[in-house]
Amino acid sequence: MHEHRAYNFKNMHFVGEEGQLIPLLQQAQAEDGYLRRERLQEIHQVSGIPLAHIYGVATFYAQFRLKPVGKYLLRVCHGTACHVSGAVELSQAVEKHLGIPNGETTPDRMFSIETVSCLGCCSLAPVLMINNATFGNLSPSAAVKVVKKYQKGERS
Amino acid sequence: MTRVTVGYSTCGIAAGAEETYKALEARLATLAEPAELLRTGCVGMCYQEPLVEIGTDDGVRYLYGHVSPDKVARLVDEHVTGKTPVADWLVWTSSGQGTDAAYLARQHRIVLRNCGNIDPEAIDEYIATGGYQALRKVLDAKDPEAVINLVVDSGLRGRGGAGFLTGMKWRFTRMAPGAEKFIICNADEGDPGAFMDRSVLESDPHAVLEGMIIAGFAIGADHGYIYVRAEYPKAIERLTIAIGQAAERGFLGDRILGSPHSFHVKLKEGAGAFVCGEETALMMSIEGKRGMPRVRPPFPATKGLWEKPTSINNVETFANVPWIVLNGAKAFNTLGTANSKGTKVFAMAGKVRHGGLVEVPMGITIREIVYGICGGIRDDRQFKAVQMGGPSGGCIPAELQDTVIDYESINKTGAIMGSGGLVVMDDTTCMVDVARFFLEFTQRESCGKCTFCRIGTKRMLEVLTRITEGEGRDGDIELLEELAARTKNSSLCGLGQTAPNPVLTTLKYFRSEYEAHITNRKCPAHNCQKLLTYTITDDCSGCMLCLKACPAGAITGERKKRHVIDQSKCTVCGECYKVCNLGAIAKD
Repeated sequence: MHEHRAYNFKNMHFVGEEGQLIPLLQQAQAEDGYLRRERLQEIHQVSGIPLAHIYGVATFYAQFRLKPVGKYLLRVCHGTACHVSGAVELSQAVEKHLGIPNGETTPDRMFSIETVSCLGCCSLAPVLMINNATFGNLSPSAAVKVVKKYQKGERS
Repeated sequence: MTRVTVGYSTCGIAAGAEETYKALEARLATLAEPAELLRTGCVGMCYQEPLVEIGTDDGVRYLYGHVSPDKVARLVDEHVTGKTPVADWLVWTSSGQGTDAAYLARQHRIVLRNCGNIDPEAIDEYIATGGYQALRKVLDAKDPEAVINLVVDSGLRGRGGAGFLTGMKWRFTRMAPGAEKFIICNADEGDPGAFMDRSVLESDPHAVLEGMIIAGFAIGADHGYIYVRAEYPKAIERLTIAIGQAAERGFLGDRILGSPHSFHVKLKEGAGAFVCGEETALMMSIEGKRGMPRVRPPFPATKGLWEKPTSINNVETFANVPWIVLNGAKAFNTLGTANSKGTKVFAMAGKVRHGGLVEVPMGITIREIVYGICGGIRDDRQFKAVQMGGPSGGCIPAELQDTVIDYESINKTGAIMGSGGLVVMDDTTCMVDVARFFLEFTQRESCGKCTFCRIGTKRMLEVLTRITEGEGRDGDIELLEELAARTKNSSLCGLGQTAPNPVLTTLKYFRSEYEAHITNRKCPAHNCQKLLTYTITDDCSGCMLCLKACPAGAITGERKKRHVIDQSKCTVCGECYKVCNLGAIAKD
């Protein structure tokens, strides 16, 4: 079972600072991979910010997730340069290969797919990011090959 | 000593700079004569990454492109040890040689002056190029008004997109009543297709910091914020290092360099909302709220962050400031056109042969950038249009490629200067699809406050989607025009006011393409999948690949005989087109 560790947000330097909420949420997500309900309540208790306001902010920004993601997060860039260089086909190929649509996670919790607006590597379009590694100049089949490498690494 | 540098910013790392660096490290360690190995930022030749530069005792700098780890041994042996440059791989030298010398020769680098030349994580490298001298100069002169006058005289306009005079913005903020004032650096570079701010932050973070500290002195602000996109982890990392180093040396903090002036900088990470690039939304986000814009006036110069006078400037704007202080207003305003002074950095991407960053004087034409500097269109295809200004901008057709680049001339075409993303499109790009792409973006990123931005963009997206899917109706063009006008007129912030621009400019210059989609159910660029018809030509060898690949069972035929597609069964998925090795599938 996943144990819920009690983080002491009071010790975080940004509690009580101006504009503390977003850094607190970012910290919580960095710890857990997503925003757990318990964590939001904890932030409410230490900061005194109304829970409704916290939820409002958490759902406004694209960075925050209320659902867990897979071990590997695939971010397919859909910026302008990537779009005109075949990002749609790239997305389709990856989604087909993993058998999940955009925004979902594989049942084994290994892979999640997300589309992002722009990763700022436009001259390498189309671009795919897996966790913090960036891959550029990908054809749909080359993208699938990259994903397969990760799958193989998991099995061995 | 020989100095070897590796371009080490996000695009370089993605292209494999890390492996190249390790290979160089190992090879150089075996040499009897030690050589210096450094990581620098991005020189802007993204299409040639990974890039390695070698500087030997002859004072010339040699730049090599596409240096994969397997090339390292030869490079080190011949050039570092043997002192003979490897001519085959040279892309540029400071003496004007190399295959791609034209790319850098025609540029005029002010903002990118240090990018790719110095190690961005070492403050001494920045100081050695004259860094923080501008700050000393203004602190010694003790005259904030003079700094503002200098920036006004230089004619520097905001590089974030709107192009407001930077010096005027500073003057308004200085004049606004209030003891506490703020400086904000807007590094929330959200326009898809723009990456110059990321590159500057990753390659020369101290230049931006120095610009901010000078601005703080001019305005009378003790505190500054840098609001960076969370999608730029490398930029955040290098900024954090730079802020720490600057504080250590006394350029930041209380009583800077012994003067009575203090300045503190905090880094704020964005959380993935495009609308936060809008200044009032950005301030909401720093305050820890939902990033929704508010009505202006009051402008941030009088009521900004926490209701205090605030000046918000873009990364590139700040990077210009130290240069202007050191070189004078005249050196800056002799560059450019009557109303647009200095240089502008453009992020070149899309179907252009040499994609990357270019910094050129204002007043250059689109043609000069695309053909003169960036080598024209990839695969020698036909140049169709450039998209400028991201989702707020528009498409300028190839016929207008002699348009000069300054704020006013670009506005006249219906596009905007924007942050400087320039996405080049060729004849395979469908302009209706481009408009749909941008509307999908703005529709998703609308914060939802204004009705027409929230719903109008959604309706426009629906209309555009059905046109690209072959379901377009008579009157759709007029409907788009009406919705565009209303969304423009009844939105509070720049996002909604400019969201229809991609639709309006494509309608203005490529109306016939819309009509072809609606009336003839054809996509002239052969891009919209549902409007295509696939047929098999005489080149078919009867290999049965497409027959097996067809998920609809629409292809029939025998081995070594030409196959046929049954159009009534075909779902236009394009699988046959992808698998055919002979190019025997035609699409129309």
